[in-house]
Amino acid sequence: MSQKVLLSAKEIEIILHRLACQLLENHLDFSESVLIGLQPRGSFLAVRLRELLEKEYKVRKIPFGLLDITFYRDDFRRGDKTLAASSTQIDFLVEGKRVVLIDDVLYTGRSIRAALTALQSFGRPGSIELLTLIDRRFSRHLPIQPDYRGRQVDAINAEKVRVCWKENEGEDAVYLISN
Amino acid sequence: MSELSVRHLLGIKYLNPKDLELIFQTADHFKEVLGRAIKKVPSLRDITIANIFFENSTRTRLSFELAEKRLSADVVNFSAAQSSVRKGETLIDTVNNILSMKVDMVVMRHPNPGAGIFLSRHVQAAIVNAGDGAHEHPTQALLDSYSIRERLGGVGGKKVVIVGDILHSRVALSNIFALQMQGAEVRVCGPKTLIPKHVESLGVKVESNLRDALQWCDVANMLRVQNERMDMSYFPSTREYARQFGLNKALLDSLDKEIVIMHPGPINRGVEITSDVADSDHSIILNQVENGVAIRMAVIYLLASKIKQ
Repeated sequence: MSQKVLLSAKEIEIILHRLACQLLENHLDFSESVLIGLQPRGSFLAVRLRELLEKEYKVRKIPFGLLDITFYRDDFRRGDKTLAASSTQIDFLVEGKRVVLIDDVLYTGRSIRAALTALQSFGRPGSIELLTLIDRRFSRHLPIQPDYRGRQVDAINAEKVRVCWKENEGEDAVYLISN
Repeated sequence: MSELSVRHLLGIKYLNPKDLELIFQTADHFKEVLGRAIKKVPSLRDITIANIFFENSTRTRLSFELAEKRLSADVVNFSAAQSSVRKGETLIDTVNNILSMKVDMVVMRHPNPGAGIFLSRHVQAAIVNAGDGAHEHPTQALLDSYSIRERLGGVGGKKVVIVGDILHSRVALSNIFALQMQGAEVRVCGPKTLIPKHVESLGVKVESNLRDALQWCDVANMLRVQNERMDMSYFPSTREYARQFGLNKALLDSLDKEIVIMHPGPINRGVEITSDVADSDHSIILNQVENGVAIRMAVIYLLASKIKQ
């Protein structure tokens, strides 16, 4: 098993600032926008981006939620394992809002498909955009593309992209793992 | 750990503490779903569930049906009163006929103890026991524990007294298993004629005085007097039962502590519990009903995920 660094802590920091600025460019004061992180792993990125927007760029009170998509996935009963859920924390309606979905890695696009369905339970959003830190190109099963991407990666299916955050693994880094 | 150790839910007896924890955690997520504007998830789109009730039920059946529909399962209902069971068809034949129409899971209530266990050995579908005679009613015990956990923060170390008709009660037996599995202490209280012989062998103490029992406990689960199961007189009169084993406001106020009151329903108001107690802040009776849907969603979701395609 070999492991290659795709992004270092410094690079991640620069990318986060760029993504925050791109969000600002499109959403200005976020008065009609909401940020929603996908559980479990997209939540770290979402929390970071919100902190950055609020502290560095002085955007005030961005509506923020975490969405769990377990019960909306299309692979229920298709694997060996029972799908374990995380919690959903969305205490507002997304009716008419501009939603930004946030996840760490975009791979087949199936999680995002599930998230789009799950989001319908919270109203009819005005629009939905997708932000991902890593975009694994050429591996999509569905016609879904990110609106904001941190880094595009060409990885073959046998390889794995692993995103680590200080909050859960003690360091900010992205690795490409191959067997 | 994200998988149940069993393929069927036949009784609490066949579960382990990790199963209970998993069911409760999953129910937490479904409770959040039930609080949304759209209370439905598409997980069980390709699952068909038959609710087969050989005995009357409103609440349990409704609760199961809602749980199934909120998981997007297809649901068929069947009650024995309008069926070929009346024409002499056997249980296995009835169920196999239903299963040949491609049903994946069977929720069954039956007057005979062990009916679910028997069925699970002879048919292919996943079986959920919704009450089998005086044996077990596992989803009721699960939602009772879940409601205690919600109100008191946990079940371990708590003292629970089950009051009333223990002899005919499947709720009592399932509750004893579930509560003890989570480290609670259980006592039973009721007229001697309605306490099963050798109930102590399950590790529960018998209290004959209701006031003493209430003074000891953190939670009192008041069972219904099941007149329909009584083939003889177990106590002289309803009035006498209410005087000795009925819970009323005066009795509750005379305790020097606050206790939580539960009832699996349907309530005989004025018999085992008076209206002012049933509708008071101490009572979590309606929370139990509300939690019932979330618990049943969790059980069905976890069992359905073990059905292979």
